[in-house]
Amino acid sequence: MEDFFLRALLGGAGVALIAGPVGCLVLWRRMVYFGAALAHSTLLGVALAFVLDINTTLGILAVCLCLGFALVALERQHLWPSDTVLGVLAHATLALGLLVIAFVKALRVDLMGYLFGDILAIGNADLIYIFALAVIGLAILAIVWRPLLSMTVDEELAAIEGVPVIRVHLVFVSLLAVLIAVAMKVVGMLLILALLIIPAATARRLSKSPEQMAIVAVVLGEISVILGLFGSLRWDLPSGPLIVVVAMGFFIAVLAASWIRSVSARTRRPESEIVSNP
Amino acid sequence: MIVSEGSPERLVEIRNVTVRAGGREILDHVDLSVSRGEIVTLIGLNGAGKSTLARVLLGLTAPDEGEVHRIPGLKIGYSPQHLQRDPALPISVRRFLNLDDRHHETALKQVLNDVGAAGILDTPLSDISGGELHRVLLARSLLRHPDLLVLDEPLAGVDVTSQSDLYRVIGDIRDRYHCGVLLVSHDLHVVMAATDRVVCLNHHVCCTGHPRSITSHPQFVSLFGKQVADVVAVYAHSHDHAHDAEGHPVPLDEAESRTRAANASGGD
Repeated sequence: MEDFFLRALLGGAGVALIAGPVGCLVLWRRMVYFGAALAHSTLLGVALAFVLDINTTLGILAVCLCLGFALVALERQHLWPSDTVLGVLAHATLALGLLVIAFVKALRVDLMGYLFGDILAIGNADLIYIFALAVIGLAILAIVWRPLLSMTVDEELAAIEGVPVIRVHLVFVSLLAVLIAVAMKVVGMLLILALLIIPAATARRLSKSPEQMAIVAVVLGEISVILGLFGSLRWDLPSGPLIVVVAMGFFIAVLAASWIRSVSARTRRPESEIVSNP
Repeated sequence: MIVSEGSPERLVEIRNVTVRAGGREILDHVDLSVSRGEIVTLIGLNGAGKSTLARVLLGLTAPDEGEVHRIPGLKIGYSPQHLQRDPALPISVRRFLNLDDRHHETALKQVLNDVGAAGILDTPLSDISGGELHRVLLARSLLRHPDLLVLDEPLAGVDVTSQSDLYRVIGDIRDRYHCGVLLVSHDLHVVMAATDRVVCLNHHVCCTGHPRSITSHPQFVSLFGKQVADVVAVYAHSHDHAHDAEGHPVPLDEAESRTRAANASGGD
């Protein structure tokens, strides 16, 4: 196996490990659009990192964190509905990012790489970032998991029961921002949300408890990364989109299974009525 | 701690509290207190500020004016009016009850039994009925062994017989857990019989008093039965004022003449 492919496998596996539980929380806490807004801002991070001559991942991370905190502050003020705030800032930061890139003539940005990811170009430094994120991220999640679940069920109830709701929310937003900044390499800014939410959404239909859903999401994410990568090698297809399509395949399979189950349940019912009415 | 000799421990006391929103006074110099072992029923029309007052008491809303005193370490059990159940989150009743702290299996069964919702421990939270949800929320607040129980409209969407059932449960809980209870209700006339004090709110405290038993009221008994009549009571409002169109209190005679004037002009 080639080195670059092994690095891609390891990197993808590391991202899927943390994307599973975080993706579940994004679904439960209704933060899909919030995550998308963060992802849209990453291009501005790339541009600013070049202008300021700092590490690209660091630039992306700084912009993601700033936007995340700004969004939380704006949402709490209730001046506009939360989806309005998200829509405004997501696209404004994207436009700003594109403008900065256009201004800096020397910046030859591989735009496609940032939009759709370049998992095969993952370097050793990226691998260190990804696994540091996975380990530290999972440790943080283990600490805030229970309060986050309480807040997801009812934020006021959690507050009365002594959960520091704003602090816990900020911890989760930071984790989401870091994940998006680091995972951008794997599937790119346009598809990172897919890697977060599609396995989690599929896992929902297969789970009875929050923890089970997180674990199933991790497993589905890992399989999608592995199948997607081998598929892209075999048929020479872009790996990021293929990973997402594999994840989508599981989603459709689960959807089809639940349709078949409901149809067969409906067709079985008349028979049982006949049996009970001789 | 605010404990005066001979009287029961005053768990929470709100003095002269005013809350404003959008230039309007939601709460206008309101006083309210709940002592240990006391059941206070807070009544008022929709939009009278009941939930805001409960939120001030719970510490969720900071008052613009006035003081809120709680005894140190006060443990509050809260049962909200609504709980948005999210189908995206797979969670059983058992897990929901265990969310803030892990409880022993026997404790869980006991508390569900206490609130009359036994046998639904392993049902998904999204599959239980609205009435069962109220009971589960009550159970969850009880598991904390609260000093003060705040129940926001626990009877919303519950039929009359189940209502009297729940009233009996709440009365039992007060006796068994020896906690103070604040019950928020939009029913202006029929309250829980075990209520020690009724506070009628319309942005300010309109009146406060003791409910009168209706067990003897033959019409009510024939309509709902002795079972229900035993646990509910009527509250006779004794207002010394009325409200104008903006909800501001006005003296009774003035309000009467205004109404008469309005009727006269509207009639022609």
